[in-house]
Amino acid sequence: MRAGWEVVIGLEIHTQLATRSKIFSGASTAYGAEPNTQACLVDLGYPGVLPVLNAEVVRMATLFGLAVNATVARRSVFARKNYFYPDLPKGYQISQLELPIVEHGEMMISDADGNEKRIGITRAHLEEDAGKSVHEGFEGQSGIDLNRAGTPLLEIVSEPDLRSAKEAVAYLKKIHTIVRYLGISDGNMQEGSFRCDANVSVRPLGQQELGTRTELKNLNSFRFIEKAINYEIERQVDLIEDGGTVVQETRLYDSDKDETRSMRSKEEANDYRYFPDPDLLPVEISDEYIETQRRTMPELPDAKQARFENVYGLKIDDAAILTASRALADYFEEVVKATEASAQIAANWIIGDLLGALNREGWEIDDSRISAIDLAGLVNRIHDNSISGKIAKQVFEAMWEGEGDADAIIEAKGLKQITDSSAIEAVVDKVIDANPSQVEEYRAGKDKLMGFFVGKVMQETGGQANPGQVNKILKDKLKG
Amino acid sequence: MSLDKEQVQHIAMLARLKLKPEEYAQSVEKLSRIVDFVDQLAAADTDGVVPMAHPLHATQRLRPDAVTDHDERDRFQQNAAAVSDGLYLVPKVIE
Amino acid sequence: MMKLHTQTLSELSAGLERREFTSVELTKALLDRIATHNDKLNVFVTITKDEALAAAERADAARARGDVGALNGLPIVHKDIFCTRGVKTSCGSRMLDNFISPYDATVVEKLAAAGAVVLGKTNMDEFAMGSSNETSFYGPVKNPWNLDCSPGGSSGGSSAAVAARFAPAATGTDTGGSIRQPAALTGTVGIKPTYGRVSRYGMIAFASSLDQAGVITRSAEDAARLLGVMAGFDERDSTSIDQPVPDYTAEIGRSIEGLRVGIVRQHFDAGLDEQTGVRVKEAIAALESMGATTVEVNLPSIDLSVPTYYVVAPAECSSNLSRFDGVRFGYRAKDPEDLLDLYCRSRGEGFGDEVKRRIMTGAYVLSAGYYDAYYLKAQQVRALIAEDFKRAFAEVDVIAGPTAPAPAFRLGDKVDDPIQMYLNDIYTIGANLAGLPAISVPCGFVDNLPVGLHLVGPHFAESDLLRCAHQYQLQTDFHRACPEAFQ
Repeated sequence: MRAGWEVVIGLEIHTQLATRSKIFSGASTAYGAEPNTQACLVDLGYPGVLPVLNAEVVRMATLFGLAVNATVARRSVFARKNYFYPDLPKGYQISQLELPIVEHGEMMISDADGNEKRIGITRAHLEEDAGKSVHEGFEGQSGIDLNRAGTPLLEIVSEPDLRSAKEAVAYLKKIHTIVRYLGISDGNMQEGSFRCDANVSVRPLGQQELGTRTELKNLNSFRFIEKAINYEIERQVDLIEDGGTVVQETRLYDSDKDETRSMRSKEEANDYRYFPDPDLLPVEISDEYIETQRRTMPELPDAKQARFENVYGLKIDDAAILTASRALADYFEEVVKATEASAQIAANWIIGDLLGALNREGWEIDDSRISAIDLAGLVNRIHDNSISGKIAKQVFEAMWEGEGDADAIIEAKGLKQITDSSAIEAVVDKVIDANPSQVEEYRAGKDKLMGFFVGKVMQETGGQANPGQVNKILKDKLKG
Repeated sequence: MSLDKEQVQHIAMLARLKLKPEEYAQSVEKLSRIVDFVDQLAAADTDGVVPMAHPLHATQRLRPDAVTDHDERDRFQQNAAAVSDGLYLVPKVIE
Repeated sequence: MMKLHTQTLSELSAGLERREFTSVELTKALLDRIATHNDKLNVFVTITKDEALAAAERADAARARGDVGALNGLPIVHKDIFCTRGVKTSCGSRMLDNFISPYDATVVEKLAAAGAVVLGKTNMDEFAMGSSNETSFYGPVKNPWNLDCSPGGSSGGSSAAVAARFAPAATGTDTGGSIRQPAALTGTVGIKPTYGRVSRYGMIAFASSLDQAGVITRSAEDAARLLGVMAGFDERDSTSIDQPVPDYTAEIGRSIEGLRVGIVRQHFDAGLDEQTGVRVKEAIAALESMGATTVEVNLPSIDLSVPTYYVVAPAECSSNLSRFDGVRFGYRAKDPEDLLDLYCRSRGEGFGDEVKRRIMTGAYVLSAGYYDAYYLKAQQVRALIAEDFKRAFAEVDVIAGPTAPAPAFRLGDKVDDPIQMYLNDIYTIGANLAGLPAISVPCGFVDNLPVGLHLVGPHFAESDLLRCAHQYQLQTDFHRACPEAFQ
């Protein structure tokens, strides 16, 4: 941030809810179908058809409300937002305006100094998604695909509590984690299941009054969101410092050029003429319903992280990584359950080797080639001294390549650790005999040479000698 | 006239209606009469009255989340004037 | 064979049951009659001759098997607002002149399932917006009682079809009086049930919170019969009510002894044609002679029903009709310059004047800066009107009055004055705003033009209305009168 300035950011997140059918119709929400094959008469806005609300979206919104400590409205109302656009078949979007299903929530994030910071969630409301326009290949025309029309969205609106692009991303990531924990969205940003608009304004530090804001659209990755906001902060500050004023407008982020640009295509100011949708009745939710949902709430990331720290004694950073997704946390706990080794060692293997391998492939934990049980098997062999940590890496790679479980690989490759003291002693003797000058130097006080001897012994044993025993025996024998 | 031509043009634009020049004069006149007519509502004492959006005090029924509709694209697109590769065609949408 | 077209639905049903004639014979007879006379009246947008004969054959076959639905083999006509699979469904508009519905409305489905034979789709005011049938893209329907007069609207094709004995029964829709006013103007029975009683699925929407499907017949008994089939919960319509449908025909035979009839003073004010008022008062006196008691009731806010309606209905219609954009169905302007031009010309050319006027009125009352003063205010006044009715129905079982301020008016008389046209619905609109059931029953003539008695009841009181109308018809024969030219 430029000295003397402060940025104020509010985010609007559109989360696609992971229902089977659409919010108001029985058409499928599956991604990637042939154009318009998942657009039924309701989605197409045919004359005479009517919307009927999907029970699942109410459940999902309720869970979200509970997860962010919000008020779940006992009565919420759908309204029509009227505007013409080809991807909006009815000429209005069914949304919620005055009485949204979720209000007054909050989310804790860590700010730049690592302190906890509360971000208010103004509201979260249910609405239907629009279709898509295809611009290529139709000679001056656009093609309209309405498969996505009517897909349920939960729009989550934050208070303007965010003070940097980093905070915005931290908040966004947290919401992203939560919706996936709750199982209410797959959060897939490439497929547009998790989209974000940012309202950004700047003001001189200390000024109470908010500056004029711009709305940034088309932010479809965490990286772009950070870049777009930072670009916009610079642009606005430059503009004001040069004596200009910020225009309230919608700006599109262009990731290729790393800049935002004004969407000037709107030939008129929007006047959405919202009014309550007469085809839908008020949604009423009972206290019993909310309590029932509360009982189905999974453990949320913050609670899980705290538990991982307290119960398993994990380092804070490790606990944070392992609770980033519910699937990863579950994987970790499965490994821990199946091994006698410490949880931290299990965590190290998951965070280091497993996540590394997954990242190389661009995969999620669910795609892992090594099951939690198999990873636990590997960790157990280290724990019982069957193999050394170094050999374990080799076994891990073989497991990843599908060569079998840890025991099978150790057996097949003859990698079992040598723990027989007499066998190790024999090798140590051989090494001492072969390197008299180094022995002399060591005995004269050059302790650093210990590494040299260990290396030689390991070399002789193909890395299979137990390192602890090697160290101990070497020390004894070198004393002379 | 409670409405002028500019207002009627604005409303027509909001509603995406192209009016012929001769339709404008008529619309200004008739819409003004309608607006004057409904203006009598202003006199009603409605302090504290909850607006009524539905004739019955019922609540929304919820549908189970099941896929009940399947692909009938070809049949549905028979009513469309311009279709290509399964897409509805419109003059180029400028982003 | 005896004259089939003069018989009511119930009489025809009995004839079919006694095998006096077949459904195919009946259907052919009516189709012939329609072929001969339709040009005089312009009742139909589409005559579904082939489909009707096929349905009649199926009905006869079903009867031979002993497998009969409640309306097996009985001919009806549908207002062209109900989506009918494979058949043009125009809604009286150029916008949908090329529209073949890919699905059936729930009402269409239910009547077909009961064995009804659909002779055709009837003409109507464009998108049901009008009270004279003059806003139809297909030209006005004429009143069988006087070809220079309007049959009322918007269900004018349906009312004229029943009055001219083209069919014993017709479906209609009523947003502000569109079943009852045409029934009154053509000497037929028209009932608009409680909002939510009949599914709106597949009924092309005008104003969603006011629209309700109903029937036009010659007798209340027929109306009871037909409504019983149409009514009921539909999971595809969130606003339809999940309540059992009583057997309306079972209850109509009960006397109206002790029925409390409310009279609203304003309904007999200066706006009412004097002779019409006389006929209506005679009808109310007849009800009294049958054992009903009359009580004056006060509806303080009812005078605001028309302006309230002309805010709420256009607001909803402006949004409901946004889907007609020339892209997925309906009229599309030729050679659009760009997207905006496609929208503006498809809609500008596809909609008629009255529809455009209402869309613009609606856009205006919802637009920034006017919403509170118009839309919100109107919904508040609407609440007051509903409250008035509620209070009144604590004291009375039905409210009686005129259906329309005067008998049928001449075509062209009111077409240039929207307010005069709107005031036609002054007595009927209240029931729509409050979602109440209401019926119009023929109660005499003024200058050889029919007059209707209007009865409104509390929510779900269809049975009382039908019983009251039926008992009245047992004592009168206005509903048996047939226009001279259509004997």
